[in-house]
Amino acid sequence: MDAGGRWRLHPQVSVRPEPFGALLYHFGTRKLSFLKNRTILTVVESLDEHPDVGSALTAAGVQAGSEGPYLHALGVLAESNMLVEKDIR
Amino acid sequence: MTATVPRLVDQFERGLDAPICLTWELTYACNLACVHCLSSSGKRDPRELSTRQCMDIIDELERMQVFYVNIGGGEPTVRSDFWELVDYATAHHVGVKFSTNGVRITPEVAARLAASDYVDVQISLDGATAEINDAVRGAGSFDMATRALQNLADAGFADAKISVVVTRHNVDQLDDFKSLADRYGATLRITRLRPSGRGADVWDDLHPTAAQQRQLYDWLVAHGENVLTGDSFFHLSGLGEPGALAGLNLCGAGRVVCLIDPVGDVYACPFAIHDKFLAGNMLSDGGFDAVWKTSALFTELRSPQSAGACSGCRHYDACRGGCMAAKFFTGLPMDGPDPECVDGYGLSALAGDREVPRPRVDHSRAVPLTLARPPKKP
Repeated sequence: MDAGGRWRLHPQVSVRPEPFGALLYHFGTRKLSFLKNRTILTVVESLDEHPDVGSALTAAGVQAGSEGPYLHALGVLAESNMLVEKDIR
Repeated sequence: MTATVPRLVDQFERGLDAPICLTWELTYACNLACVHCLSSSGKRDPRELSTRQCMDIIDELERMQVFYVNIGGGEPTVRSDFWELVDYATAHHVGVKFSTNGVRITPEVAARLAASDYVDVQISLDGATAEINDAVRGAGSFDMATRALQNLADAGFADAKISVVVTRHNVDQLDDFKSLADRYGATLRITRLRPSGRGADVWDDLHPTAAQQRQLYDWLVAHGENVLTGDSFFHLSGLGEPGALAGLNLCGAGRVVCLIDPVGDVYACPFAIHDKFLAGNMLSDGGFDAVWKTSALFTELRSPQSAGACSGCRHYDACRGGCMAAKFFTGLPMDGPDPECVDGYGLSALAGDREVPRPRVDHSRAVPLTLARPPKKP
């Protein structure tokens, strides 16, 4: 996952906040995923409001130099089709 | 992601604000009479929830963001409002996966199902051949199930599930089940035989032997990626390396799953229809949300559990003592080994003094020896 990438939640994905983070369920693939803290939840939910992944991370309070684990987590979500590229319809 | 966050499995043991998914038996009525039926189904219960009551439950599940329900029975499709309820659930963002023996999956119904993204179908089959299947599920049931699978495939329904309960008689057919699933473009789902409902009557004869458990485990490790299990074999996870068996390997009862029965009773899990595991009733205890969040039973299940007789066992971290329903319905203590414990402690426990609990809820059509009340005259 590249900080300059433009991604958003797949329209068939439902997000349910939980004390530990959140549960994600994809109604198309019928797969369940987990967000393991509230910061990544904020990032995922705000992807649509930001021009790219990097600005969503900054807005959620992720410090410069600490993006690595978040980009990795977003990459895993993209691989399982939970996230889709904004420019692809 | 960070070291300060407890493992997910620990989070799940403490329970969630709402189940991830739940099983909802819509009716106790069934056209079949499988010998191992975990809900002892057959006759419709006269107190069965009305269409309106079912819709109210769906509204509540939508508010709680329960992602999907596993609808079963009985045979759920024999309810005259079944398709209406499926449509209502999916329109309210509650996905539906329903289990059926295939009786109502005509070409017309299959075409309708193929048109929805939010409905998943699971066809029950307990033998890869008619001979093995029909011995458990009844004459003609293999043909009924495979006809339904054919109708779904012909209609272009992608990725139906074939749901198999592993028994002593079909454990050698796992590869055949996989081929059968491939033939219909379906996914194989295999689950554990529980001594629940009428399953208690046949468990001694049908549950896989210790050697077969090993065979099953090895097969699951080799094929785990492409086979669903409902995480039902976590009691076997001590047979190999941690993590070799796909899934959460956790008893989710009352923590991340539960069961709603046809009259609105809420139980800890689908394999536990007994007063011992009854958390409350949707109608008399203030709705599902209240039962899920405040019932004494669920609160207890979410508190730290004692390892009891299993404390000190090298496998306890892997199996956590196994399945409480399997223990309860074979008359074993809840804080001891699973009857199918991989170290054989279950076998010695089964050989000792034990009293098997009598079923409290039975809708069987035939009159089994354990039926407490005589069937009503028409």
